[in-house]
Amino acid sequence: MASVVAVSPRDGESSSTVASRRRRRAIGLAAATALPVILGGCQLPTFYGYRGSTKQGHDESLLWIGTMLAAIFVLVVVGGLIVWSVIRYRKRSDEMPRQFQYHLGIEITYIVIPVVMVLTLFGFTVYTENQVDAVSPTPALKVHVTAFQWGWRYQYPGQVDVTGVTTEDPDPVGLNGAPCAPAVDCLGPGLVVPAGETTRITLDSQDVIHGFYVPQFNFSRYAQPGVTNVFDLTVEHAGIYRAQCTQLCGLYHSLMFFHVVALPPNQFRAWLSSQQSLAKAASTVSASNSSTKAAA
Amino acid sequence: MTVLADRPVTHEHEHEHHEGPTGLLKWLTSTDHKLIGMNYMVTSLIMFFLAGIMALLLRTQLSSPSSSFLSFQQYNALFTMHGSLMLYLFAGPFAFGGLANYILPLQVGAPDMAFPRLNALSYWLYLGGSITMLLGFLVAGGAAAYGWVAYAPLSLVQYSPGSAPDLWILGIALTGFSAIFTAVNLVTTTFYLRAPGMTMFRLPIFTWNMLVTAILILIAFPILTAAMVLLFADRHFGTHIYSTAGGGVPVLYQNLFWFFGHPEVYILALPYFGIVTDVIPVFSKKPLFGYKGMVFATMAIAALSTGVWAHHMFTTGVVLLPFFSLLSLLIAVPTGIKFFNWIGTMWRGQLTFTTPMLFCIGFLFAFLMGGLTGVMLASPPIDFATHDTYFVVAHFHQVLFGTAVYAGFAGLYYWYPKFFGRMYREWMGKTHFWLLTIGFWATFIPQYILGLWGMPRRVASYPANLGWQALNVVSTIGAYVIGISFVFLLVNLWVSWRKPIPAGDNPWDAHTLEWFAASPPVHHNFERLPPIRSERPVWDYNHPDARTITHGGAASNGHGNGHGQLAGTATGVGADTGDKE
Repeated sequence: MASVVAVSPRDGESSSTVASRRRRRAIGLAAATALPVILGGCQLPTFYGYRGSTKQGHDESLLWIGTMLAAIFVLVVVGGLIVWSVIRYRKRSDEMPRQFQYHLGIEITYIVIPVVMVLTLFGFTVYTENQVDAVSPTPALKVHVTAFQWGWRYQYPGQVDVTGVTTEDPDPVGLNGAPCAPAVDCLGPGLVVPAGETTRITLDSQDVIHGFYVPQFNFSRYAQPGVTNVFDLTVEHAGIYRAQCTQLCGLYHSLMFFHVVALPPNQFRAWLSSQQSLAKAASTVSASNSSTKAAA
Repeated sequence: MTVLADRPVTHEHEHEHHEGPTGLLKWLTSTDHKLIGMNYMVTSLIMFFLAGIMALLLRTQLSSPSSSFLSFQQYNALFTMHGSLMLYLFAGPFAFGGLANYILPLQVGAPDMAFPRLNALSYWLYLGGSITMLLGFLVAGGAAAYGWVAYAPLSLVQYSPGSAPDLWILGIALTGFSAIFTAVNLVTTTFYLRAPGMTMFRLPIFTWNMLVTAILILIAFPILTAAMVLLFADRHFGTHIYSTAGGGVPVLYQNLFWFFGHPEVYILALPYFGIVTDVIPVFSKKPLFGYKGMVFATMAIAALSTGVWAHHMFTTGVVLLPFFSLLSLLIAVPTGIKFFNWIGTMWRGQLTFTTPMLFCIGFLFAFLMGGLTGVMLASPPIDFATHDTYFVVAHFHQVLFGTAVYAGFAGLYYWYPKFFGRMYREWMGKTHFWLLTIGFWATFIPQYILGLWGMPRRVASYPANLGWQALNVVSTIGAYVIGISFVFLLVNLWVSWRKPIPAGDNPWDAHTLEWFAASPPVHHNFERLPPIRSERPVWDYNHPDARTITHGGAASNGHGNGHGQLAGTATGVGADTGDKE
């Protein structure tokens, strides 16, 4: 950069054009080297979005950041042109402005550039949505999630069935055996999944349309009667993630909370097997009850 | 060669001694497009203010986390009616029933709409539909509470019992028919009642946009009406079209609704783009930059808008994401053309910032933000992260507020002198603009951030310790500032009515034919017409030495090029100086 500034002035106009060309080249070079560094690092601003606590959500976050940067560029260019027109061309005299109407070159330019921009965004979009919607053939866990007015039911392998309505938490499992805290993240029933492993969610609804939305996963999907949605979540770190129904579903929509508890895999398996043995005991009891009734 | 003669003088006398009904009877029986347009405007503005008051109640509820200002049921009913009134009963009817009804026949040089009685029927259906929908507040259980989209199965009888949903459905059906009839009228008027010389490519952009809007109405509204009839049948006749119980398909409702709903967005936007496109050239003292590009951009938006409906359904998991994503993204291209044409029009102009022009500048910024966030939402992964959150709420409010409010009130101020022959008070108009702008950005920028943090839409309460209250309070204060700004509009209208300042026929040195008529225009509009040789007939008439430079900057009709003969056409018989097309 310093060499650009130190270019010795040559005669007249040509020196300035050479200098500006070199400066432009230097800026281009700097941008070309800086861009991968910036994009490679995780220190890009997220513009109020979440970085994504799942593998899928993280992919979305990168698309969001790239799109935001492009949008800010367009906002500055177009907004700047409007501001410039408003300031520069406010009425200064009674002189009649030149009554021009067409300029084919400019008109073609501002068709071509947006086409290229949206096609680029479309390319990244398709790539990201394929990542986000990809379903693993061998998920570590399969959970059937059913939404209803106004709560959630989670069905795990081995007859484990967790059901909770609105703000109440029927399964206060927290991290490392501790109770769930802080309380705000634990509203509603907890969907317990293993961290670092892929969980297959099968989602439907038993009445109206609900929205399965975990903000920190950058992901939502409708729970609908008559449609069964299947998707994978790979929560990267153990933690408790607040979640809520997003699709208006009637009177208590505002209170239809739930949360996701991502446990370290060993803790998760311990929790699941304890739940499975409880479920087994319960079913044995109820089976023996019903057989006693039948005998009577 | 186009030669126009004066209308026979007897005509003039006829209307001066017009023995028509007056007062209430005139209002009830008139088929004059100007009176019907005015009825539409007054009715839709009443709907706007009612819906605005509802918005203030909603914002008041959200200013604290677990407010008990409204019950959940009241909150759900109020946001349903806020959305329904704003979209079905204000934004659309104000544009195509109000402004277009009044202005479009004037802009094409016609004496009235093509079917005046059908036009009157449209208004009465609209009024009837509006009252029917509002009656929901008076029945047991309160108004409909399933959102303005009325998704099945929530809108079916087992989840939304009572008669308010039925009144809502009937209201939509009635206003739907009203819109269809108005669209038929607008299309026919534009195609068949243009004055001699008014070729299609000399139509003002407002008229062009209304024509394209009307065609979109004819495509979209019958689908909505059909969807509503099926919903009504599901509720009352035991059909199971939208319920899984009898083998029906709930997603069908969403497909039908949004096949209407997305063209509807452009039905609500294109007329307002038209207003902006008419106003900016006038206050820049220049012709519209890229007129033909603007027309094709409008057509492209309309064509694309019929193939993007499922971008409202990305998270249903049952739509082809890339198809709807690509078509939605492509709408950014014609929209970009419009932006650059608006900027190109201001470029090297002489801009005067009257109230209508200020509202247009406000529109440009609002729509720029709303448009950019719209491009983001057209990308399914980003939609997954923000669907049904306040990010979406902020996005569509910036778009619809930008169009229906900023551009809509630009139109109201712009044409106010034409409607009443008197001038509004400029300082009050400007105060209205600045307060509105402060309130607008304060209301909706916080909502983007809340949405990205994960605040869902349509919730009456939120957990207290998420840190959402501060931004909600800013948003609520912004909403109240918007509310206060409209006091200046109402006072302005009242003051200018009580202490009139005569405006004259063409106070803005405007371009299009309506400014050649008297203010307010007489019965059947025109005594005489200027020669129509470009899309700016009134400008050409008033500035014979400053005609449009057409292609490539060749000053064929520029300064001092000896084309001043138009000055001699005050009688309406024009010397043909050669068409430029």
